[in-house]
Amino acid sequence: MTDLTDTLAVPLDLRAKRTWRSVKSVIMTGLMTAAVIAVAVPLVAVVVAVVSRGARVVVRGFPAFFIAEIPLVGRRPGPGMGPAILGTLLSTGAATLIAVPLGVLGAVYLNEYGGKRRFARLVRFMSNVMTGVPSIVMGLFIYVTWTLRFGYSAFGGALALGCLMLPVVIGASEQMLRLVPDHLREASYAVGSSKSRTILAVVLPAAMPGIVSGSLLAVARAAGETAPLLFAVGAASAYNPNLFREANTALSIQIFSNATSSFVAAQDRAWGAALTLMLLTFIITLAARVVTARFARRR
Amino acid sequence: MAVHDQPGIGPGIQPDPRPGIVIQPPPEIDDRPPGVGLDRTTVFDLEGLAVYYGEFRAVRDVTMQIFKNEITAFIGPSGCGKTTVLRCFNRMHDVTPGARVVGQLRYHTAELYAPHVSATEVRRRIGMVFQKPNPFPKSIYDNVAFGLRSKGIRGRSEVDAIVERSLRSAALWDEVKDRLRASALGLSGGQQQRLCIARTIAVDPEVVLMDEPCSALDPVATARIEELMRELRAAYTIVIVTHNMQQAGRVSDRTAFFTTEVDSKFARRTGTLVEYDTTHNIFAKPRDQRTERYITGRFG
Repeated sequence: MTDLTDTLAVPLDLRAKRTWRSVKSVIMTGLMTAAVIAVAVPLVAVVVAVVSRGARVVVRGFPAFFIAEIPLVGRRPGPGMGPAILGTLLSTGAATLIAVPLGVLGAVYLNEYGGKRRFARLVRFMSNVMTGVPSIVMGLFIYVTWTLRFGYSAFGGALALGCLMLPVVIGASEQMLRLVPDHLREASYAVGSSKSRTILAVVLPAAMPGIVSGSLLAVARAAGETAPLLFAVGAASAYNPNLFREANTALSIQIFSNATSSFVAAQDRAWGAALTLMLLTFIITLAARVVTARFARRR
Repeated sequence: MAVHDQPGIGPGIQPDPRPGIVIQPPPEIDDRPPGVGLDRTTVFDLEGLAVYYGEFRAVRDVTMQIFKNEITAFIGPSGCGKTTVLRCFNRMHDVTPGARVVGQLRYHTAELYAPHVSATEVRRRIGMVFQKPNPFPKSIYDNVAFGLRSKGIRGRSEVDAIVERSLRSAALWDEVKDRLRASALGLSGGQQQRLCIARTIAVDPEVVLMDEPCSALDPVATARIEELMRELRAAYTIVIVTHNMQQAGRVSDRTAFFTTEVDSKFARRTGTLVEYDTTHNIFAKPRDQRTERYITGRFG
């Protein structure tokens, strides 16, 4: 019997050989790394700029910066973005209450009932078109149809933001509903459930995490919108807790008006407001993630 | 050739023209395995059934009767229409766009595809277990209790009792009784399939349809499901689609062999029923050559 190890006397070389393929691999890896850096640089730069200039203002005026009213005279230094925070929360919150239920219901119709029907196709098309409408046009629309009749209010801003959010919510929700596998629907039908119960008890819960994060992206985007609010909300400097009456304000509006001011004090406040807005969206996103995770774990 | 040339069931038994009527067969030809009741109530009566997907005729000329408290197996090569016919029984084709069922399909005394028939009502009586275990992404308890709400059963203690009874019937209770609130997705494939069976029998259907329930499972899990099916036969009528001839031989009382043939009308392959008889006859003395070729492994 021959010793099999003899045939392997020459050590086996399993190292990768330098071929054109391996060179290509190195080049492509380098290109991808460069692309990642190119994407990350502006992102990091924005965060650094806002935090470094905004933190000084916010910390020096803490906690007054988040509470005090906005100084009427721009050149006066000192804190105050409270009304803007409230205004942003009011108009964004109301917009969410308008757009998310409507959008989710619309998506349920499109995916579960409409399908390829002509009306559903029309709605889907119009919703896609609406996604492309510039926010300033939406602001103008609300200005003409609402603000000219009822005056400035946070609610007008909420309408404009809601119109902007609606197609985003519809699109994201429909996508998520489409991802729910058909075998779950069939399982529900197979035990004698009606269509409505199947949607409420199986399809929507399965799609919920995706719908929540999709809706939250829309909320975060809306919170930073400026143009439609300029038309509809006005620019108050005092607290206005009434959603439906009198001019209100918002962080984005204050950033715009303070940053374009020639006074250093106002510019500082703009940076502070920018940081506040960033924190606010960050908190909203984080909260939603936590809620979604808990939601997902329970089932 | 055609199904009509052969009696659909064992020799000597004439299908009773009145559905839902108990037929007492002559005792000398009763060759069912022990444990099966002697009454032969017709549960499903099919005559000239065909299913279309759009313009395509997927299966044609199915004439057969399915009897109460028996396990009926559908075997045949892929594309022969076994699953398509099975999905007619609980109107699952309703959710497939373009699917159309023609011919007669009677469930006891009711025509299943009559215009006023509610698919939801049908499915409460005729449950289904699918090829891939498909538990809901909910807790084990909620999975079993899911169908009860549609039936109007909401009482806490009543639901608890039904959940336990169903899990016991599905031979899963001992494995999950300490973690009823845990996610069903954490169970193994075989356990998930037994959970799906528990979910189906929780609503107390008369018929349980099974669409290749073991094709995603290993032999051990398969054996458990087969054992379970034999136990469930006493209380339910079971129709099972299987790719596995040995499985049909092991568990079923009757076997229907389907195959594909070129449909002269559409020049496409379409499925049809070749032979339907007691499982013993199908495997021991098939009358059709195609059945014999299939079960001896020379085709398909």
